[in-house]
Amino acid sequence: MSFRNRMTYSAIAALAISGAVALSPAKAQESTDPIKLTLHDWTGQLITTELMGEILKKAGYSIEYVQADYLAQFAGLESGDLHVAMEMWETTGRDAMDASFATGKTENFGPTGMKAKEEWWFPEYMKEKCPGLPNWEVLKDEKCAEAFSTAETAPKGRYLGGPVTWGGFDDERVEALGLPFEVIHAGTDAALFAELESAYQRQAPIMLWIYAPHWAPAKYKGEWIEFPEYTKECYTDAAWGSNPDALYDCGKPFGEIWKVGWAGVKDKWPGAHKAITAFTIDNDEMGAMITKVDLDGKKVSEVVAEWMGANEARWSEWIKK
Amino acid sequence: MATPAPQTLAGKPDREAAAPVMSAANIGWTAAIVVFVALWQFGGALKWAFDYPKAYAIPAQRWIGSSMKWLLNEASFGLFTFTDLTRFVAAVIDFPYRIVLSLLSTGFLSGQGSSAVQILPPLSWIAVIAIATLIGFHAGGRKLAILVAACFAFLAAFGQWTSAMVTLASILVAVPLGVILGLLLGIAAYRWPRFERALTPILDLMQTIPVFAYLVPILFLFGFGPTAAVVATLIYAMPPMTRIAALALRGVPSEIRDLGKMIGCTRRQMTWRVLVPSAKDSLMVGVNQVIMLSLNMVIIASMIGAGGLGFDVLAALRRLDIGAGLEAGIAIVVLAVALDRVSQAYARRTADAPAPAGAGLIARNPYTVASLAIVVVAALAGLAVPAVQTYPEALHVSTGPFFSDIVGWINVNFFDTLEALKNAVLLNVLVPFKRLLGGLPWAGVVVLLAFAGWRLGGARLALLVGVLSFLIAATGQWEKATITVYLCGISVIVAALIGIPVGILSAERERLWRWVQVVIDTLQTLPSFVYLMPAVMLFRVGDFTAMIAVVAYAVAPAIRYTALGLQKVDPQLIEAGRAMGCTPAQILTKIKLKLALPEILLGLNQTIMFALSMLVITSLVGTRDLGQEVYIALTKADTGRGLVAGLAVAFIAIIADRLIGAGAARSRKRLGLV
Repeated sequence: MSFRNRMTYSAIAALAISGAVALSPAKAQESTDPIKLTLHDWTGQLITTELMGEILKKAGYSIEYVQADYLAQFAGLESGDLHVAMEMWETTGRDAMDASFATGKTENFGPTGMKAKEEWWFPEYMKEKCPGLPNWEVLKDEKCAEAFSTAETAPKGRYLGGPVTWGGFDDERVEALGLPFEVIHAGTDAALFAELESAYQRQAPIMLWIYAPHWAPAKYKGEWIEFPEYTKECYTDAAWGSNPDALYDCGKPFGEIWKVGWAGVKDKWPGAHKAITAFTIDNDEMGAMITKVDLDGKKVSEVVAEWMGANEARWSEWIKK
Repeated sequence: MATPAPQTLAGKPDREAAAPVMSAANIGWTAAIVVFVALWQFGGALKWAFDYPKAYAIPAQRWIGSSMKWLLNEASFGLFTFTDLTRFVAAVIDFPYRIVLSLLSTGFLSGQGSSAVQILPPLSWIAVIAIATLIGFHAGGRKLAILVAACFAFLAAFGQWTSAMVTLASILVAVPLGVILGLLLGIAAYRWPRFERALTPILDLMQTIPVFAYLVPILFLFGFGPTAAVVATLIYAMPPMTRIAALALRGVPSEIRDLGKMIGCTRRQMTWRVLVPSAKDSLMVGVNQVIMLSLNMVIIASMIGAGGLGFDVLAALRRLDIGAGLEAGIAIVVLAVALDRVSQAYARRTADAPAPAGAGLIARNPYTVASLAIVVVAALAGLAVPAVQTYPEALHVSTGPFFSDIVGWINVNFFDTLEALKNAVLLNVLVPFKRLLGGLPWAGVVVLLAFAGWRLGGARLALLVGVLSFLIAATGQWEKATITVYLCGISVIVAALIGIPVGILSAERERLWRWVQVVIDTLQTLPSFVYLMPAVMLFRVGDFTAMIAVVAYAVAPAIRYTALGLQKVDPQLIEAGRAMGCTPAQILTKIKLKLALPEILLGLNQTIMFALSMLVITSLVGTRDLGQEVYIALTKADTGRGLVAGLAVAFIAIIADRLIGAGAARSRKRLGLV
């Protein structure tokens, strides 16, 4: 190939590229392929996802729901086999999100507007055995800790933490705040709530990790422990807080719940991308919907339809062209 | 022949020390154990022997992680990449799956997603039940037809239909693939011993590396969805078929083989016309295992996009709806029972008498014609009456809160008793055993295992066992591995103590055996999640609950193989024993159990494999073993970390398997069974 020829080729190539770049935003050709949203195995996520799906349907998109594991789904989101995941919790999904965003194949669609609350939680009836709750300082009292103990942990109290995969720094927190408690990790959140149900039925002592939005705080009467409020410094600067030599001498952080998905959504379905990014909902709305499904036995689709009917002004704003 | 020591399990050296006869072999053992105990008790100064020095650790996680990345992103055969190849395989599997799924669940669609238009509806529930019943009748007569009809009617009545059809579709694709591939590999292994030697470790790895360890690469390679689930199911469910096929072909009596040679069979005829048909009974055990294991994967398959009943189980248990979880779980069992019994019946059925010549199309294919007629009639009727097409929701039955209430009642009334029982077992058995294993020096264990390998199987086995156990330590998995061995070891012992007697009891009692089969099929296919959550409510999270789950699952092969082995004992030998005046107890111990020993040992081997494969589940109730490590790696999408822990599990399995195998071979030789 002569030099001239090569010049021509590259010129054509450059033209073609610039042409493509210039054309695509102008035409904004939306694909008719279905947008795949992932469903996980907890009610709140099913509701959020179905809300998004229904809204996108109203905007004329084709939707497909795919059942996928919360963490395993990233493989699908990166390869473009899956497109949108509506609930990634800052508190439990941070590592997976970071690892995935680093590949450049996935994208954060912004916060859902819901905030994850996670903290030590106890049933209401424990206030009798341990007066002064929910203030965390009473947990330092050995008598109070013993009220939460079992044969394996006595005389220390037993605190049932989340699965190790959730992180949460509870072992460190117990150490830093000098609490006479032993941290036992549940392997999965189903096990967490199975223990709560069991203890609640027997009005037996229990202290465990509960998160919201979830049906548990609606079903069981109880309160979150009030630890010193979380600040960024508490997790990074040992001098902060009551223990000058340790990190984590405070409560757990509130976390955003994010919408994430395949990075290709923006180009393939620009309108849908806009709608997904615009979607927000708050904790109270979601809590009410979860309760309707899990405790009143309504179907997810009924609850979603109700919300769609009541909030038409809101969602039609999100899909406005 | 020298008097061999009664060594069986390498993990029980105390029995050796107590052996009354001091032969040369025993002196060797005693010396090895004395050295080991000395190191363990007084070797405190040798820190490296207890904690593997970090500076010499093999960075296997990094190596595996980066080679995986290379495989996923760069590996290429020139014209196409490795990922292209796997995506092509996925497309090939996807095609039959789509057809079956369309037939059973979605109907034939034009377009995709929610904008798709249905061209043809799926088979109506009545048509599916009718066809299943006809198949049952064809395979095994009226009794089987009723059983199959009842199974499918259960699915409709309990509102499991939609999910069950999705699950059925993936099973109908995975099982035939698993059986065919497994059988072909088994035949190859039977023909070429060298191939078998290469294949066996791969089969072990396939069966014992926890699925979670290779889930992420599979998703990248095969795409997210039902196809990846089918591939994962195949990897997990196929090995028993291959193993059993090789064993079964080898077990064909030499008379039959000689007959085949005498009448001049070609090699192909010999395989397909002589060996496979005569090994049919044993092969059907393999088919049974493929069906059971495939259904066992339903939960994990649902995590990667297969949906269906597995998803229902998970979702129900996350909201602690024990009844709904149990209903969906039982639906899986019911599917398993229907599929298994039909396949067994087909295996037993003698060939049909050919239809008389000149008969019409209908007379020649009565079943096909009847099925087609039902499909058409039901589809037409379904257009007029929707209840024919889809089972009316108003007629769903449910156990509702019944089971939750039962568990609640037990919880309120018996928790303290159960807690006391649990604490007794935990404090007196589990915790001491865990401490004991945890305190052993890795260097001593490696040497002792290698010594056991040398005594039982010679230098090669010693090398294998020594290297594998060293690798576990060198990759930094030792501590978690000891917890794994402790949990699985205890569970296997308990499972064998329950399973072998039950197998012996039920082997000859036809009626009891039928019930036992239902129970073990249930245990093997009912997702452990269903009983794990009630177990957590009654026993809290921890090792005890994990042990219950492992035993419940691993007891099945112990029972199944024991019974199978006893049933296969030649009745003439028993008759001969009786004629010589043996008591029933003597017949059992001196004849039957001895002759059934190879099967019982295969059962024990499978019990260990099953126990190890439950590690994935036990990690969900808070154990701190290799299963947990694999699970954490999955949540961090760290392929290297997951596979290293997964391989450590597999190494434990292989060490146990090889040592038991060698011990069994020796004792068989001694008994004159070979």
